[in-house]
Amino acid sequence: MANEALVLESIDQTAPAGHSSGPGVVYEWLTTVDHKKIGIMYIVYALIFLVLAGAQALLMRIQLAVPNNHFVTPQVFNRMFTMHGSTMVFFVGIPILFGFGNYLIPLMIGARDMAFPRLNAFSFWISAFGGILLYLSYFAGSGLYGAGSAPDVGWFAYAPLTAKVFSPGHSTDYWTLSILMSGIGTTGTAINIVATVICMRCKGMTMTRMPLFVWLLLVASCMVFVAVSPLTAAQIMLTLDRYLGSHFFDTQAGGSAVLWMHFFWIFGHPEVYILVLPAFAFINEIVPVFSRKAIFGYPAMVAASVGIGFISLSVWAHHMFTVGMGPAGNTFFVFATMVVSVPTGIKMFNWLATIWGGKVRFRTPMMFTVGFLFQFLIAGLTGIMLSAAPFDWQLSASYFVVAHFHYVLVGGILFALFAAFYYWYPKMTGRMMSETLGKWHFWFFIIGFHLTFDFMHIPGLLGMPRRIYTYEAGRGWEYWNLIVGIGAIVQAIGTLIFVYNLVRSYFRGKIAGPDPWDAWTLEWSTASPPPSYNFAVEPTVGSRRPLWDLKHPEDPDSRYE
Amino acid sequence: MQTPVTVPVSVNSEPPWVLPNRGIVGMWCLIAAEAAIFLIFVVAYIYYLGKSLTGPLPSQILELPVVGTICLLSSSLTVHAAVSALRKGKVQRCTFALAVTVLLGAAFLWTTAAEWHHLIYDEGFTIRTNLFGTTYYSLVGLHASHVVVGLLFLTVAFLFSAGDRVDERHAERLEVLSLYWHFVDAVWVVVFLVVYVLGR
Repeated sequence: MANEALVLESIDQTAPAGHSSGPGVVYEWLTTVDHKKIGIMYIVYALIFLVLAGAQALLMRIQLAVPNNHFVTPQVFNRMFTMHGSTMVFFVGIPILFGFGNYLIPLMIGARDMAFPRLNAFSFWISAFGGILLYLSYFAGSGLYGAGSAPDVGWFAYAPLTAKVFSPGHSTDYWTLSILMSGIGTTGTAINIVATVICMRCKGMTMTRMPLFVWLLLVASCMVFVAVSPLTAAQIMLTLDRYLGSHFFDTQAGGSAVLWMHFFWIFGHPEVYILVLPAFAFINEIVPVFSRKAIFGYPAMVAASVGIGFISLSVWAHHMFTVGMGPAGNTFFVFATMVVSVPTGIKMFNWLATIWGGKVRFRTPMMFTVGFLFQFLIAGLTGIMLSAAPFDWQLSASYFVVAHFHYVLVGGILFALFAAFYYWYPKMTGRMMSETLGKWHFWFFIIGFHLTFDFMHIPGLLGMPRRIYTYEAGRGWEYWNLIVGIGAIVQAIGTLIFVYNLVRSYFRGKIAGPDPWDAWTLEWSTASPPPSYNFAVEPTVGSRRPLWDLKHPEDPDSRYE
Repeated sequence: MQTPVTVPVSVNSEPPWVLPNRGIVGMWCLIAAEAAIFLIFVVAYIYYLGKSLTGPLPSQILELPVVGTICLLSSSLTVHAAVSALRKGKVQRCTFALAVTVLLGAAFLWTTAAEWHHLIYDEGFTIRTNLFGTTYYSLVGLHASHVVVGLLFLTVAFLFSAGDRVDERHAERLEVLSLYWHFVDAVWVVVFLVVYVLGR
C-alpha cells in the first residue's frame, strides 16, 4: 500500500495570520479549543504546581535535616505534606501527563483535533480551577499568617479525622471540592482521549498500527473511568457528611472508617498506574528512536499494558495490610500485587531488547530514559518486597514506604517526563533545548535523586515513621536525614537548571525543523510547531512507522507487518 | 534529517475507512464512569444494610414505588420510539414520543418527591437519622439528579423537535441522548432491586 503512496506537501504556503499581541494573545489562549494550546496550558500549569509542591518538599526536608528542629511549626508541617501530596498527584501528575496526551495524540493518529474540542477546554479549566481553589485555602479562612487554613489531613484524608468534629473550619472542604473538580476534569479528558483514539484515526491507522504512546494513553484513560469515579463518589459522601450531617464515615453512628480507606485506595492504587502508563508511553517512543530500531515486541507491549490495566484494579488493599483484613483478604491482595509485576517485567525486557544491538544515541532524552529504566526496576523490586504482607506489617507507614513510592514517582515517572520534555520540546516550540544544560540537569538531578531516595530507605528500616514533624537525636536517623536533605537541595538545583533551559531555549534555542530526531511517528511529519490544523492533507499510513516508509521507500515496514 | 515536510497520502481506492460515531463512544465512556460512581454508592448501601444503630428500618417505612418504576421504564421505550421515528424522518412522531418521554420522566420524579415528602414530614426520617437514611437519600438522590439532567436535555430535544428544527441527520445525536436515558433507567432497576427489594 505504501508503495503506491503519493507524497504531498503537508503544509500549505499561505502566510500565517499576523501575530496578535497583548490582550489579544490572552483572549486567544483563554478561549482556545485547539488541542495543542490546551496541551501546553496543561503542561505549564502543572509545571507551576510542580515548583510549588517541590518547594514544600524542600521545606519539609530542611525541617527534618537535623533532630529537634523548629524551622516550621507542627501545624505548618502537617499542611505541607498534605498539600505536597495532593498537589503532586492531582495537579501535577495527571495534568502534565494529560497535557502531553492532548498535544500528541491527534498528531500521532493523523487527526486535526480531539473528538470534543470544547469538552477539552472545559476539562482543562475545571481542573485548573480545582488547583487554584486548593491553594486559595492559604488565603481564605484565617489568612496567610501561619500558612492560612490549608488542609492538614494528609493526601489520603483518612476518616474520621476528616469529620467536622476533628477538622473544624473549611480547610478539609477546600481539599474535597478541589479534588472533586479535578476528578471531573480528569474524567472529561479521559472520555475525550478514548473517543479521539477510537473515532478520529486517519486512514490506514488501524488499532495495530497505532504508536504505543497512543495505546498506553487509551488504556490509562479507560482506567480513569473505573478508578477516578470511586474517588468522586467518596468525595460526594464526605461532603454530605460534612455539610448535611450524614454518617458515611461517622464512626459514632456506626459508619466505617475502613470503608473510606477502601474507596480511597480503589482510586489510589490504579491512580499510580494511570500516572505510570503515560510515563511508559514516553519511554516506548523514545527508546526505539534513540536506539535506531523498531520497538521490540509491539503486540506483547500492548497486551502487557492492557494486562496492567486490569490487574491494577484488584491490588488496592495492599495499602491496608495493617488494618487487619484477615488471611483470605491479605493473601488475595499479596498475590494480585505480585502478579502485576509480571506485565511490568515484560515491558522492561522489551525495552532492553529494543536497546540491545541498537545504535544508541546518548542525547539528553535517552539519558533520562536509561535513568528511568534503572530506577523503575529498583522501585519495582522494593514494591515486591512491600507486597508481602508480613514485611509490610513491619514497614507500613515508615520512611521505607515513602522512599519506595518516591522511587516510582520521581525515579520513574519524573525521569520519563524529563525525557519527554527534551524529546518533544522541539515539536512544541520549534526550537531545540540546550544539550549542555540538559546534561547538567541530568547529572545534578540523578545525583540528587539517589542521595535523597536511596538513603531514605534506611531510616525507614530503622523505624522512622512517616509524617512526623521532628525526632529526637540518638536514634540513628540523623545522618541519613541530613544526606536526604542535601540530596533534595541538589535536585532543586537540577530542576532550576531545567526551568532555565525551558525558558532560555524558547528564545535562544537552535531552530529544530520538523524532524530533529529522525523519528518515525506522524507528529514529526508536520512543521514545528504544527499549524493549528495539524495536517494540510489527511495522511494515510501503511505501517507502524509511517515516516520510515516515507524515508525508505525501497524497504518499507508495511512489507513485514 | 533532511527529509522534506511531508505526509504519506494514498490515492488508490480502498475499502471505505469507517470509524464509530464519536458521540456514541463518548457517551459509552461517560456511562462507564457514571456506573462506577453508582457502584460505589450501591456498595455503601449494601455494606451498611442492617448496621444502623437506631431505627427506623427500611421495612418499616419504605413502600414499593410501583407507579414511578412503570413510568420510568416505559419512558425508555418511548425515547427509543423517538429515535427510530427521527431516523425515518418522521419528525411529528418523534416530537410526540419525546413529549411522552418527558411527561413519564416528570411523573417518576413526582413520585420520588412525594415519597421524600412523606418520609421527611410524616415519618421525620432524614439523611441525619441513621445509616439507612444516609445511604438511602444519597443513592436515590444521586439517581434522581441524573433523571433531572436527562429531563433537561430531553426537554431541549423536544423543543427543537416541536419547532421543526430537526431531521434525520440529527438521529445520531438523539441516539446519544437516548443512550444516557436508557442508562438512567438501568440504574433505576439496580436501585429498585437493592433499596426496595433486597434492602427491605
